[in-house]
Amino acid sequence: MISGGDTSFRKLNTINRRMFIISAAKVVVFTGIVARLFSLQINENKKYLTLSDKNRLREWKLPPERGEFLDFFGNTIAGNLKVYQLHVVPEQVEDFKYLMIRLKDILEIDDKQFSKIIKKKEKQKPWETLVVSENLSWDQFSKVNFYLHELGGAKPVLSVARSYPHKENFTHVLGYVAQASESDLANSEIIRKNHVPGLRVGKIGLEKAFENDLIGSNGIQRYEVNAYGKRINQIDYLEGKKGKNLRLTIDTEVQKLANELLVGKSGSISVMDIYTGDVIAMHSSPSFDPNLFLYGISHKDWQDIRENPLKPLINKTVAGLYSPGSTIKPLVALSALENDVISPKFIVRCTGKMEMYGQTYHCWKKKGHGFMNLRDAIKQSCDTYFYEAARKLGVDRLNKTGLKFGLGEKVFGKTFIDEKKGLVPSTQWKKDNLGFGWVLGETLITGIGQGYIQTTPLQLCLMTAQLANGGYKIYPRIRVEKNQDTAEQIKAKMIKTAIEKKENENSTISPIRRAQDFLNIGQKEHTVLYRNSENIKFVLEAMWGSTNEVRGTSFGSRIDDKKYQFAGKTGTSQVKKISERHRELELKAKDVPYEERDHALYIAFGPYKNPRYALSIIVEHGGSGSTTAAPMAKKLFKLIIDRHEEREKIIKQNLTIS
Amino acid sequence: MFQRRTITNQLTFFQKLRSFDFILMGCIFIIGIISCYSMYSTDGGELLYHSKSHIVRFFVFFVMMIVLSFFNVKFWHSTGYLFYIIVLGFLIWASFYGITASGSQRWINLYFINLQPSELMKIAIIVCFAKYYHRTQVSDVNSFKNLLLPIAILIIPIVLVISQPDLGTSILIALSGLVVLWLAGLNIKYFIYSSLIFIISMPFVIAFLEPYQKLRILTFFNPDKDPLGAGYQIIQSKIAIGSGGLTGKGFLRGTQSYLDFLPEKHTDFIFTLFSEEHGFTGSLLLLILYAIMIFRILRIGALTRSYFAKLYCFSFASAIFIYIAVNMSMVLGLLPIVGSPLPIMSYGGSSMLATMIGFSIVMSAKIYNKQVIS
Repeated sequence: MISGGDTSFRKLNTINRRMFIISAAKVVVFTGIVARLFSLQINENKKYLTLSDKNRLREWKLPPERGEFLDFFGNTIAGNLKVYQLHVVPEQVEDFKYLMIRLKDILEIDDKQFSKIIKKKEKQKPWETLVVSENLSWDQFSKVNFYLHELGGAKPVLSVARSYPHKENFTHVLGYVAQASESDLANSEIIRKNHVPGLRVGKIGLEKAFENDLIGSNGIQRYEVNAYGKRINQIDYLEGKKGKNLRLTIDTEVQKLANELLVGKSGSISVMDIYTGDVIAMHSSPSFDPNLFLYGISHKDWQDIRENPLKPLINKTVAGLYSPGSTIKPLVALSALENDVISPKFIVRCTGKMEMYGQTYHCWKKKGHGFMNLRDAIKQSCDTYFYEAARKLGVDRLNKTGLKFGLGEKVFGKTFIDEKKGLVPSTQWKKDNLGFGWVLGETLITGIGQGYIQTTPLQLCLMTAQLANGGYKIYPRIRVEKNQDTAEQIKAKMIKTAIEKKENENSTISPIRRAQDFLNIGQKEHTVLYRNSENIKFVLEAMWGSTNEVRGTSFGSRIDDKKYQFAGKTGTSQVKKISERHRELELKAKDVPYEERDHALYIAFGPYKNPRYALSIIVEHGGSGSTTAAPMAKKLFKLIIDRHEEREKIIKQNLTIS
Repeated sequence: MFQRRTITNQLTFFQKLRSFDFILMGCIFIIGIISCYSMYSTDGGELLYHSKSHIVRFFVFFVMMIVLSFFNVKFWHSTGYLFYIIVLGFLIWASFYGITASGSQRWINLYFINLQPSELMKIAIIVCFAKYYHRTQVSDVNSFKNLLLPIAILIIPIVLVISQPDLGTSILIALSGLVVLWLAGLNIKYFIYSSLIFIISMPFVIAFLEPYQKLRILTFFNPDKDPLGAGYQIIQSKIAIGSGGLTGKGFLRGTQSYLDFLPEKHTDFIFTLFSEEHGFTGSLLLLILYAIMIFRILRIGALTRSYFAKLYCFSFASAIFIYIAVNMSMVLGLLPIVGSPLPIMSYGGSSMLATMIGFSIVMSAKIYNKQVIS
């Protein structure tokens, strides 16, 4: 028995009272726990749900598939090749160092490359794929597969990479791709958005210009991963979009011929449709194989390209600046005619040289051409005649005509980042840029395309095209897009503008017409570039003479068949001022050091009866235009005109499809 | 006839069975079933090692509890000190010959089971104190002489457990002991003084803590400081519970647990797993089950006649509540992480054994509630 009822009662009293206090405390704590549960699970549920998803879901971006380049006939000229690559996800590898050393051994990676890979790994997040090798040879691939059971974490995968099947043929048109650099990422949002380690982006040429169309978009694989980063299962797979395939206006056959013609030479060939402005071929020589750049070019290859004296890295078609030489003469003649400075009947006597302002100006023909009218002067490329014509014309009027026909201005604008503007001098230009007043003697040499005047081969081609189409502005294009005007539509527009021009000459411009002009801003108008179409016709006819008549400078390269007959103008531009002594010696081209030889130029259009194509050829230090450049035009026109029908077929097909 | 038997304490088996607290037993059983199937979930929906051994243990110990319930409460009273001394002996044994696992020497090998004596001490200390205060007069409770022995009884196992080292269990033993002392009528001033001393000595105690224990306390105050290191457990546990929402992610669908983001999901964080899969509703249900359980124990304590049984029941109910509260506060990020299992739910044989012994004493107090202990 519990001794003493009183103590027993007090004991019970104490325990009950204290139990009550504890129970009250328990209720408080219990409520606290429930409240906490409520706040976590109900109030903050969304926040923690997101956190839990962030824990368990991880996205892997897949490299986007790059759009392809097709030529006009739909042949792939820049495609995607399937390649074997070796990927490692560092996070999933037990012993990364060991794996890498084994791989180094198996793949025979050299030390330099190896340290590069290690560096790359340190920059990435541990779950991001590390590309150990971008292009395994079949040998390496089978070796890796053989040892795969020992290489936990290494994954040989099939991937796509750029390939340029025509190698050096399209290098300067397409440019090339290489791994995206810091500056690529900084400058382009779309690259940043789609970037995955090892992504290739365009570095130059059309690959760069059309990056936004070509790049496509990432595929996304969403995996559930466990706490150790191991993929448990795939939750989601969003297929990426392949970049747009871009069709170009270029004809691979013509492009290839251009390449062949210029093999071993430094120069450029451009061919253009005189109505649509379609660039049929555009080649700069020497070229190089863009495939070399895909996986990082080797030091030796890079040295070879960079140190080649013929400068393969320069896209001479748009970035090479040359004195146009005599190829400018048709334009000078046109300008003089348009400004009524001379008439076709204007005669100059060429004695081989001409004294003016205390200087002697020589004609290329030492003995002189004798009495020359304008047609003969163009045909025989008489320098003396053009000295005189230029003197009468003045450089500023020539400047205006030059600008009108597309000289001194980028042909493609922003498409080729390395494109140059060239220069058509004027008195104002000299004052502003050189600070000196214009000297009249400079007008004379500008008249034969020497001196300050500088053009790119593509500008010369455009100029020729705009002469050949009868003097209408055209807009060169290299990419085939939907709803582009066909040659017929453009021709019709040109005729319409010509008629309107005539009407306008007879009456003052009506307010309605002005309003129409206003509305048409932004539309590509094929403005009339001449004052009198007879002048254009005259110049074209003279160019025909130059090629197809005896004593014409390119008579040797003529084609008699009317189907292929073309008209052109040669040019030989001096690189160095010819000294008196040299003139006496009458040195042959091969006796002069390479760097001092003249550039050979040729511009032409054809077929003469019904012109459609224009071209320009430049061979650096190639000697004279008539011996080096003009024969190339002959071969080119044969092919171009043979391919014309096929081209038309394609256009018709596309029309019926759309 | 019937009446007399009751008075003479000669109960028939059926009478004993009838006075059994079926509600309490039901609660224990349901929580046990919940724990079994939560364990099944921690094994990723397969009957693997943890779930199998947990299920076996639960049923063995549950049966054991029912059998032990028929022991007269007098038995527990008479063996109170012995129980304590045996467990203390185990503790000393553990500190010399114990099995070391994850840096702590907690277990002793009894051949059929690896026993963690510190878990048993949680119950033994209550039984021991209940017996001690059963005889002590109220006036004597606060005398200096009667204070010294209980303090010694309390301090010795705590020191032994801390030196294992096992901070969590030692805190729980201390709290269990203090609850009994409080209920026995120890003057409130001693609690105030001792807590003052505790607060003052805190910095010195912390200086003696193991580095990982210090880190845990620091982490509690700022878990985001080192989210992948020391703060990882708290953060992941909160994410798991929080993402459960109202109804949870569903059985076997707790992503935090099956993808291994959740640490210690079998033991200390079993509630986290349950809460992630069954949400606020499930958690509340479990809490209510625990609440009913505790209420039933308190009720038995209130109805029982002997002071020993009453003190035991009240103390045990409070101790169980403390275990639950500490564990849940910990996984909810309200307390620093200290190793403390959730009664019945958590994986662990010793904890289960201790809890079941504790319940069997309560049961026997119910059956023998008229028993008078001299």
